[in-house]
Amino acid sequence: MATRQTQLLARSLLTPAVGLLFVWMIVPLALTIYFSTLHYSLLDPGSESFVGLENFRYFLTDPAFLASLQNTLVLVGSVLALTILLGIPLALLMDQPVIGRNIVRLMVIAPFFVMPTVSALVWKNLLMHPVSGLFAWLAKLVGLTPIDWFTDAPLLAVILIVAWQWLPFATLILLTALQSLDEEQKEAAEMDGASAVSTFIYITLPHLARPITVVILIETIFLLTVFAEIFVTTGGGPGLQTTNIAFLIYSQALIQFDVGSASAGGLVAVVIANVVAFFLVRIVGRNLET
Amino acid sequence: MARKSTTQRVVVSTIGAWFFGFLIFFPILWMVLASFKTELEAFAIPPSFLFFHWTTENYATVQERSDYFHHALNSIIIAGGSTLIAVLIAIPAAWSMAFSPTKRTKDILLWMLSTKMMPPVGVLVPIYLIFKTFGLLDSRSGLIFILCLGNLPIVIWMLFTYFKEIPRDILEAARMDGATIGRELVYVLTPMAIPGLASTMLLNLILAWNEAFWTLNLSTSNAAPLTVFIASYSSPEGLFWAKLSAASTLAIAPIIVLGWFSQKQLVRGLTFGAVK
Repeated sequence: MATRQTQLLARSLLTPAVGLLFVWMIVPLALTIYFSTLHYSLLDPGSESFVGLENFRYFLTDPAFLASLQNTLVLVGSVLALTILLGIPLALLMDQPVIGRNIVRLMVIAPFFVMPTVSALVWKNLLMHPVSGLFAWLAKLVGLTPIDWFTDAPLLAVILIVAWQWLPFATLILLTALQSLDEEQKEAAEMDGASAVSTFIYITLPHLARPITVVILIETIFLLTVFAEIFVTTGGGPGLQTTNIAFLIYSQALIQFDVGSASAGGLVAVVIANVVAFFLVRIVGRNLET
Repeated sequence: MARKSTTQRVVVSTIGAWFFGFLIFFPILWMVLASFKTELEAFAIPPSFLFFHWTTENYATVQERSDYFHHALNSIIIAGGSTLIAVLIAIPAAWSMAFSPTKRTKDILLWMLSTKMMPPVGVLVPIYLIFKTFGLLDSRSGLIFILCLGNLPIVIWMLFTYFKEIPRDILEAARMDGATIGRELVYVLTPMAIPGLASTMLLNLILAWNEAFWTLNLSTSNAAPLTVFIASYSSPEGLFWAKLSAASTLAIAPIIVLGWFSQKQLVRGLTFGAVK
């Protein structure tokens, strides 16, 4: 008797959240699908007409799509590589007996809490400015020619900024995982005469496999839609050099006001993200015992 | 034997960790220093690290010229409001799934998680048009609504993992003693859930404060939070580095402090419990 009542209560408590999320997921997505089949320009209201898959053909064969797809992949891949390849040694270092580890940890984690517009503008101006930036000054100190980052290597500049923001995330997660590694296991390996390198390869690295996977998947979800950093530094340029898929869709929607094409692009982005999400949901689901 | 070189190891790893920690933190430090320089000194080559004429005039100028507090207030209202509403919706849902799980609970949780993975840009067009139709563009309530829904899955997930940790024996004991569900909620569960609730709200506040996709696309001035305000420095005239730094320092200081308190919850919240 009590259980049935409880179950009813439980269900009614769950309903608002489920309902809201359902609407949030379905309505905009359905609208995106609907718009993607229309010729629909905000500059020419009232001229909407059904065009079938024309927008997809237009979006997918647009040279800007291939360029931005490539930029997206380079951006995601490079930031992943940088954050993980730097995050592992950094986490290992911080897992050592370090005096004042808590303060070091505060310094390492700080960039993650800086809002994207701030980090992008501070890097662009204070650090990467070709004349008065700190990097230019350092380059001159050691006798190099300063790089004009946002002219000569704009995508690399964006990659460095985004990697700086996400390195703390990777490091913190790897460090958390390292701290749960059984210390006795490592000591036993050392007792048996295992070198530091083989301890790392055979004990630490396998232990890190899962957290590394989690870092890759979660970062990918966020990195696929990097937007603010590009918006405030390069505006996608020069040319299309720093336009990623997210920025391309934004510019089609809110600069060129081409709703149909932007919606088709949006669906392409949803499909790409879903492929990643599929794997993440499986991994999370596997270690979720309800 | 393994700990023979302990002192040496401590010294080396301490120096290494402090060096790299400082390197990562340096851009923030450099920005804070620049905010106390005059525009000429902020732009000067070679740069001065500590021995410059310290001034706080940039902070005054930022407020005077651009009404900093208006945008800070927007940030507080939008981040705070969306967090509060999300938590109010999430508490009953998480409570229900943690304490009366059914066969479908796991599926529901994973489905909620998957809504978080929808790229915002995929629904930019319809959301923008809906906002335009209902006059929600550049309104705080519109942004509160969007950020609340965007973060709701994370809030439910975090609360769920915290509620799961509350020992069920205590609940059963309370039920044995004849406590009604209402009393159970108020006297037993709430006190035990407060730490988890606080960390969930903290993390959500940080995420909402720094959210820069919807805020940039859906607000311009009236409802613009600090993310958008700082973005207005991307097309500046004249010397502006010191002022940019002052505005930025003000914008990130409160959230960095909050963030430092919530490091542990960050891992839990952002990995959906996959790493603890």
